[in-house]
Amino acid sequence: MTETQKNSIVTEPRGPKPRKIMSRRNIILYGTLLVVAIYYLIPLYVMIVTSLKGMPEIRLGNIFSPPVEVTFEPWIKAWSQACTGLNCDGLSRGFWNSVQITVPSVIVSIAIASVNGYALANWRFKGANLFFTILIFGAFIPYQIMIYPLVILLRDLGIYTKLPGLILIHSIFGMPILTLLFRNYFTTIPEELFKAARVDGARFWGIYFRVMMPMSLPIFVVAIIMQVTGIWNDFLFGVIYTKPDTYPMTVQLNNIVNSVQGVKEYNVNMAATLLTGLVPLTIYFISGKLFVRGIAAGAVKG
Amino acid sequence: MNSIEIKDLSLNFGNVKVLKDLNLSVEKGEFLVLLGASGCGKSTLLNCIAGLLEINDGQIFINNQNVTWYEPSERGIGMVFQSYALYPQMSVKGNLTFSLKNAKLSKEDIEERVKNASEILQIEDLLDRKPAALSGGQRQRVAIGRALVRDVEVFLFDEPLSNLDAKLRTELRVEIKRLHQKLDNTMIYVTHDQIEAMTLANRIAIMRDGLILQLDKPKTIYNYPVNKYVAEFIGSPSMNFLKGKIVPNKKPVFKLEGGWCETPDLSNYKFKEDIKEERQIWLGVRPESIVVGDEAEKLPVKFNLEAEVVEPMGADTLVWSQIGGQEFHFIIDGNSTINSGDSLRVGFDPLHSSIFDLDSEDRL
Repeated sequence: MTETQKNSIVTEPRGPKPRKIMSRRNIILYGTLLVVAIYYLIPLYVMIVTSLKGMPEIRLGNIFSPPVEVTFEPWIKAWSQACTGLNCDGLSRGFWNSVQITVPSVIVSIAIASVNGYALANWRFKGANLFFTILIFGAFIPYQIMIYPLVILLRDLGIYTKLPGLILIHSIFGMPILTLLFRNYFTTIPEELFKAARVDGARFWGIYFRVMMPMSLPIFVVAIIMQVTGIWNDFLFGVIYTKPDTYPMTVQLNNIVNSVQGVKEYNVNMAATLLTGLVPLTIYFISGKLFVRGIAAGAVKG
Repeated sequence: MNSIEIKDLSLNFGNVKVLKDLNLSVEKGEFLVLLGASGCGKSTLLNCIAGLLEINDGQIFINNQNVTWYEPSERGIGMVFQSYALYPQMSVKGNLTFSLKNAKLSKEDIEERVKNASEILQIEDLLDRKPAALSGGQRQRVAIGRALVRDVEVFLFDEPLSNLDAKLRTELRVEIKRLHQKLDNTMIYVTHDQIEAMTLANRIAIMRDGLILQLDKPKTIYNYPVNKYVAEFIGSPSMNFLKGKIVPNKKPVFKLEGGWCETPDLSNYKFKEDIKEERQIWLGVRPESIVVGDEAEKLPVKFNLEAEVVEPMGADTLVWSQIGGQEFHFIIDGNSTINSGDSLRVGFDPLHSSIFDLDSEDRL
């Protein structure tokens, strides 16, 4: 055995020979993935380039060509000048309305649903199963059935067309699915932990805040993402239970895009749409990792 | 003075009666082991004592105080669980102080108690670690510490060693025994492991189907099991059961089915009742009470056997055989050179055996 052979024995990696990167299988696999990705991304691309073009350039009709002259004018117009009805202060009004609707709705619905789920999972009070069944049943009732009764209810409460009314609606409608989510998560937490906390003298709220909640960060993140995107993207309740002054962003976007007066300003419409979609998108990017972890944690025991 | 007194305790899960009119009293400082196969209600009973399950009927007294409707934390008990049940987000110290903070003790008092407990359990170096960074044995120590800091009268253990490997289990078993000797608290310990029960207990309660079959000192249970189930459960390898009959010809005599062997006079056996007529019975003989070789000649019952399977276990060797078609096994010295197929002279003393009725399986 020569010197070089000895060295090669030591330094060479072991195991089977690595496969070629450009194998037939890989080309087909990644080729398909690429085509699908492009298919999904093209609308986004069109929106972005259109929103950066001026109207004369759009009239040329080349929707795929990148902007010759980049302009942020449409974005500014969409945010602060576009008209809906009599108001001409752009999407900014809707944005702030949406923030004022989303933030309290998310907090209220998650706070109540998590306590619901905790009580249902750990404190098996009398009638817990019946209560749970009724709550889950709520998830299967079509929204349309409840729209008009809720209008009457909100009117009688004096909060119809006001922001607190819409917050109440969102909190109620989030309840069944969120309670289910939290209950299922809490049942995966070992029961002995709950028992130990009881022996250690913690009561209902003590166990919830000091033992259960710190262990449940992932599921709270999942709930926050679900609620923020769901409430932010809501259109139906927004259009029914508000008036132009209190329209959420989605309703206002619709009014801008569907406005029939004057010229169709595609660039402004595209910019407005992107602005509206920015919030859920940001939430996804920030919490993507936690989201996946949370979903997995909720699904698999461990 | 009794530390724990349970009167007519019943518990149902729906229509299923899990515990049936159970009575139990535990003396102060006693180490009581609840032993039984899974599903016998031993952990359920422990949870009832702890107040983690609401009972349907009966009363529970701890330190002469009726605690039947007390919260678990008000009963003066500390509990150690099988899965350790440490709060994962808290440090070891956080775990130890959780109950003390709930009880709103002063800071100095808390520090003092944590110091004491961690010294006793030798976990002083681990106080700042999270439970995830501990080994199984360390975790269980912290779990015991959590009960220790509360300075309670009664310790409840719910299969605390079942999640540990064999070596660690033995170590911690000794440690628990040492802890008991040092603290002199009342301890109730649930396990399905008869060795743990034998080694730790002052008294063992063997449970089956929500009933206590026998409650006695380990040695008494070992030597005088009340029925065949208890006899089978205690002792490893388990007892031999030979089917046969008792014939009361002036002096009672045991005859093995098929007439393979016969015992001489059994009149010195402590029968619970007089045997007036012939009765079908099980004769229970412990494998470790059987003698092989020349020594066997001195014993009242002796016969020849063929060793079928020989299992060396180090200190002992377990030999499996048959007598009159009935399975028969016994323990011999680990150094013996017996091979399967060898013929052996085997003997035992029937007065050290247990006799059970064939149908009711109760001790006669």
